[in-house]
Amino acid sequence: MSVSSIVVVRELVKTYAVRGALLRAVDGVSFDVRPGETLGLVGESGSGKSTTGRILVGLDAATSGSINLFGQQISSKAGKAALGAVRRRLQFVFQDPQNSLNPRMRARDAIAEPLDIAGGLTRAARNDRVRELLEMVGLPISCGDRFPHEFSGGQRQRIGIARALALRPEFVVCDEPVSSLDVSIQAQIVNLLLDLQERLGLSYLFIAHDLAVVRSISARVAVMYAGRIVEIAPKRELYTLPRHPYTQALLAAVPRMRPNKARAAAVVAGELPSQIDTVPGCTFHPRCPFAFERCRTEKPKLREIAAGHLAACHLHEPPHQPPFAN
Amino acid sequence: MAEQPLLSVENLTVQFRSDIGWVTAIDGVDFAVHPGECLGIVGESGSGKSVSALSILRLHSPANTRYASGAIHYGGRDLLTLPQRRLRQIRGGEIAMIFQDPMSSLNPVLTIADQIMEPLRQHQGLSARAARRQAIALLDMVRISDASRRIDDYPHRLSGGMRQRVMIAIAVACRPKLLIADEPTTALDVTIQSQILTLLRDLQREIGMSVILITHDLGVVAEFAQRVVVMYAGRVVESASVAALFARPMHPYTEGLIQAVPDPDEDVHRLAMIPGNIPDPSTQIAGCRFNPRCRHAVRSCLAETPALIDAGAGHFARCPPRIAAGRIA
Amino acid sequence: MTDAVLAAASTQVLAERRRFRMLRQLAAHRSFRIGLVLVTILVLCAIVGPMLTGIDPTAMSIRSRFKPPSARFPFGTDQYGRDILTRVLHGGRLSLSIGFSVALLSGIFGAVIGMAAGYFRALDPYVMRLMDALMAFPAILLAIGIGAALGSQASSIVVALAVAYVPRTARIVRASVLVIREMEYLQAARVSGAGDLHIIVKHVLPNSLGPLIVQLTFVFAYAILAEAALSFLGIGPPPPAPSWGNIIAEGRDYSVEAWWVMLFPGLAVSLAALGMNLLGDGLRDVLDPRLKVET
Repeated sequence: MSVSSIVVVRELVKTYAVRGALLRAVDGVSFDVRPGETLGLVGESGSGKSTTGRILVGLDAATSGSINLFGQQISSKAGKAALGAVRRRLQFVFQDPQNSLNPRMRARDAIAEPLDIAGGLTRAARNDRVRELLEMVGLPISCGDRFPHEFSGGQRQRIGIARALALRPEFVVCDEPVSSLDVSIQAQIVNLLLDLQERLGLSYLFIAHDLAVVRSISARVAVMYAGRIVEIAPKRELYTLPRHPYTQALLAAVPRMRPNKARAAAVVAGELPSQIDTVPGCTFHPRCPFAFERCRTEKPKLREIAAGHLAACHLHEPPHQPPFAN
Repeated sequence: MAEQPLLSVENLTVQFRSDIGWVTAIDGVDFAVHPGECLGIVGESGSGKSVSALSILRLHSPANTRYASGAIHYGGRDLLTLPQRRLRQIRGGEIAMIFQDPMSSLNPVLTIADQIMEPLRQHQGLSARAARRQAIALLDMVRISDASRRIDDYPHRLSGGMRQRVMIAIAVACRPKLLIADEPTTALDVTIQSQILTLLRDLQREIGMSVILITHDLGVVAEFAQRVVVMYAGRVVESASVAALFARPMHPYTEGLIQAVPDPDEDVHRLAMIPGNIPDPSTQIAGCRFNPRCRHAVRSCLAETPALIDAGAGHFARCPPRIAAGRIA
Repeated sequence: MTDAVLAAASTQVLAERRRFRMLRQLAAHRSFRIGLVLVTILVLCAIVGPMLTGIDPTAMSIRSRFKPPSARFPFGTDQYGRDILTRVLHGGRLSLSIGFSVALLSGIFGAVIGMAAGYFRALDPYVMRLMDALMAFPAILLAIGIGAALGSQASSIVVALAVAYVPRTARIVRASVLVIREMEYLQAARVSGAGDLHIIVKHVLPNSLGPLIVQLTFVFAYAILAEAALSFLGIGPPPPAPSWGNIIAEGRDYSVEAWWVMLFPGLAVSLAALGMNLLGDGLRDVLDPRLKVET
């Protein structure tokens, strides 16, 4: 792993006690984010992707594991104080444009809130910065006086992005930022995020369940299932040569517009197991078309199978040869 | 299509009462479903797709809804003027509906058994025992394992995907001629979505029913529907077979929408986007409702409301300039 | 930048439609209008009325005892010959201020307690059990107890009733806070480093006021009714200063012969409570999230 990574996560675990049993929402997750790059984090509900993102910015506390942000170690013990030192360099964009803005605050006050919390700016400087941010996200200055209910979903999301950029962060966690938006607006917001990344040199952790959207914005993609990362690879490789059966199933399940490219829908049966009864062995094995003996007893580790391409699957460990084309 | 449509909606205009007066939700909507066919209705929020679907069974609140024009022809009668008693016979019996949110569509205090048996007993007059047997068979049909045990579960014990299957079981219990599915998989994970849609397609063939599939997802429509109707801001803007729509979209909105959807199989530098915002139903726009966002708008687009024009081979589009250009080319 | 221009144009249109929507809805709400009219009339009478009649509410006149309503005494006179109309107008001042003070006091304390319980979850069980204990006592009994302990003045009645109604307001505020603390705008502030105080003042408080204000209109109504009841039981503001409650109380013994002594202050109490209830209904209907027609 590159030394210059701004985010280094190792063996992150988050468990919840639910009615006496232990729910492993995040079960040993490790990844890096490099400067100026977007790491896409893809998964269905219950995969733990949102929890991972929230832990990174301090909205939830990790149960164990190590997080290193901008060279600063944020472990579960030192926690809050250590986070304070790098807090300004991180930010978060929320999913729901309905709830991510205080209905009683005008747009300009919502955007300026991080500035007000951090303090130290004159009134004039603050207002200038707000104007600058509105322009950056493509909203007219007059929008500043309006209240959230006067905006559409896409516009509210732009305001949320402007707010996130107020303190000039370097790393932004985007938690399903376009999932609640209409398709034609999704494209606008994705493009906006891409433009901002180029303009400001931002790094993103882009969390989403929509594989197609993730492809359009990420450089590398990590796929999560039941709290673990099952595959990480550079974007093109992941989408053209997925090596984990779950990734393959996920890709096959996406309905496609261009009929001549439709794959034979390899409909994967079954559903996500309740994570309270931890399945022995690989969590995906009950639904995996290629599962064999070892899968039922031993949890596969994330291993590098090709340059920069990691997968957690026994099929890729010698002496095995995966039955699908490589 | 020389074949008679099973259901045909003609010039339907529906208005809702709001604190600023009557607001037109859908305006002059036409579409038809043929026997055994799956019709997809595609649109974003505010397009009126759900309103159209709910209107078929007159599910809107009568106090606040006005059917300003149009008719819904089914079985030789107009559903909009049908007396309540006859309408109730049709609901669940001949025309069934499933909704988006499986969490709120099932009654949490009744068992699955009670809920599936309800339409069976109401429409087919079965005894409790016969209805229960039928219900278990239905659960098998929708591929719920261990049906005879699960049937006595309460909804909260089931996952979203399973609840949706139960909803489907309730809907197809009386072998309806038409199933209206309003965003049936939007709230589900993509792997579950795939299962549910495949199930619907298989059931459609087994029972020989037609389906109206309402969705915002063009991919879903491409894979599961035969004909598509595209709606924008309360109007139908294009109507064609699936193949024709994706091969040669005629309306600029359809074209823009298709291009704006990211493709999981391709890398792009930037997504093609449609500028501007979706209009609020209460907003008055002169002429074509898409003109503020249309790259190809000309003067006539702002002056008069365009009509839905036949471009041949069952392909209709509400864009005179485009169709004229297409004919020349 | 076509995008920005288009965005501006459409925000303009959306804004015009949605601005003042709540005020428009309130104005259209029939109950609210009736309630507002009632309350305004009563308040105006209480403020201005006493100055108009110019009669001393405590002035006694043996010759004018038990006069029924007439041109000279529109509401009649009581056993001391005092003009009931003047007494009711003066009494309005006292009774309405008691109602208002109780609402204000229970609002402030309820807000503090409810916010503490809802936001700092560790405190929640203790605080709410205390509130439950208070609620177990019927408000009137509680007020009698506290009133008896503090003595029979208007101020002790206010305190007693406020204490009796605090659990109600605390509960409402706590419910709002529990919902708000899950909102993403609150979490956004936390990500930016906001402390609890900033979050409570800027986010939690402003958004919990709505339901609280609705509740306070009802507390106002209860307080006026309670004051009447307490006075009836002899624990209200002491005579000779009139309050609606003690006018009714004094007229009790003569309810048959001089029915007007109880009727008019009784009507005033009912109308005030009704008006406030209707106002509250209107506010609640408008503030509650409703099914929207547009996006």
